[in-house]
Amino acid sequence: MAEFALPANSRVQQGKTHKAPAGAKNVRVFKIYRYDPDTGANPRLDTYEIDLDDCGPMVLDALIKIKNEIDSTLTFRRSCREGICGSCAMNIDGTNTLACLKPIEDVKEDVKIYPLPHMPVVKDLVPDLTVPYAQLASIKPYMQTQTPPPPDRERLQSPEERAKLDGLWECILCFCCQTSCPSYWWNGDRYLGPAILLQAARWIHDSRDENTGERLDALEDPFRLYRCHTIMNCTKTCPKGLNPAKAIGSIKEKMIERR
Amino acid sequence: MRSLRTPLGRVRGLGSAKEGVGHWWGQRLSGLALVPLTLWFVISVIGLIGADYATFSAWLGTPGNATMMLLLVFVVFYHAQLGLQVVIEDYVHNEGAKMASLIAIKFATVALGVFCAVSILKLVAFGG
Ligand code: SF4
Ligand code: SF4
Ligand code: FES
Repeated sequence: MAEFALPANSRVQQGKTHKAPAGAKNVRVFKIYRYDPDTGANPRLDTYEIDLDDCGPMVLDALIKIKNEIDSTLTFRRSCREGICGSCAMNIDGTNTLACLKPIEDVKEDVKIYPLPHMPVVKDLVPDLTVPYAQLASIKPYMQTQTPPPPDRERLQSPEERAKLDGLWECILCFCCQTSCPSYWWNGDRYLGPAILLQAARWIHDSRDENTGERLDALEDPFRLYRCHTIMNCTKTCPKGLNPAKAIGSIKEKMIERR
Repeated sequence: MRSLRTPLGRVRGLGSAKEGVGHWWGQRLSGLALVPLTLWFVISVIGLIGADYATFSAWLGTPGNATMMLLLVFVVFYHAQLGLQVVIEDYVHNEGAKMASLIAIKFATVALGVFCAVSILKLVAFGG
C-alpha cells in the first residue's frame, strides 16, 4: 500500500532554539527541518529567531544569514538567487516554492521550512533528486531529427510554431510541481511526474523535432503518463507560473489525435 | 533486495506498455454518457414517487425506458470498473494484492451488471 505515515526514524522531533540578539525589534521565528545522516538521529525542527531589520527581504536571505552568522551547519542548495537556476526549491509555509522568490513578508506567523516533500533527504533542506533527473534523461530532452542539419543555417521555425513552446520553455526544472503531485508521491518510481511530462510536451510540440511519434510511444503507458488525474497541485505551486497540468492534457490530446 | 542498477535503468524499467489511451478515453466517454443517463434516472424516479408495483412495471415495460435503464446499468458498471482500477493502481503496490483486487473488481462489476440486466429483462418480459 501507499504509505501515509512517516517511518519511526523519519519522525520530526523538537530541535534547538537560537535566540535573537538582545535589542532586536523586528523578530521573526523560522522553524527549519534539520537532518544529518552522519548522526543517525531523527530529523528535528530547529528554531531561529531572526531580526528582520538586519536581513534581506526573501526567505533565501534569511537562510543565508543563518548559515553565515548563526549556524554554519545548515545545509541547502542555492545559486542564482533570482529564480532562474531552480536550486533553492523547498517547502515554505506549506507550499513548494523557490526560497529566493518568496518574500518573508508573505508568510503570516512563523516561517516553516522543509525540504521538497516525499523525496529522500540527503541533508537538511537538500533532497535526493536522482530519480527525477533519471526520468528527465529517459524522455530524451533534446532535439531528435532524421533530416540532416541544413549546411548553411539553423533549422527554421515560424513565429507561430515557436509560439507553441511558450509556457513550456520557461521551466527551470526546480521540481516544485513534481514533488507536490500526489500521484508522484504514490507512484514516483513509474509515473514520470509533471515536471518531466512538461519537458516531454516541450519536445512533442516543437515543430523542428521529427521523433514526435516515438516520444508519444514512450509515454503511452498507464503509469508513465496516465497516473495524472488532473489534481492540479502542480499548476498551483509552480513558482514560474507555468501550467504542467495543461501540458499533460496536451499530450493526452495528441494521443487521441493519432488514434 | 540491494540493487546496483543505474537510476536510468530503473526508470526505463520494462518500457512503456503502449496502452492507456483506450482506458482514459473510455473513462471520459462513459462519464459523458452518465450525464444524460443520470438526469433521466433522477427525473424518472421523482416522477414515480408513490407509484405502486404495477405502475412501475408498466413504466419499465416500455422499450424506451427499458433501453435507458439497461444503458444506465451498463455504463455505470463500466465506468465504476475503470475508476476502481485506477484507485487500485494508485494505492496498492504489492503486485500480488494488486492483481487479486484488479481481478476481483473486474468479476464483481461484470457479475453485478449482468444481474441488474437480467432483473430488468425479467421484469420487462414477464412483468415481474
Ligand atoms: S513546471 Fe514550474 S514547478 Fe515544475 S519544474 Fe518547471 S518551473 Fe518548477
Ligand atoms: S495535474 Fe497531474 S501532474 Fe499535476 S498535480 Fe495533478 S496529477 Fe500531478
Ligand atoms: S537560488 Fe536559483 S532559483 Fe532560487
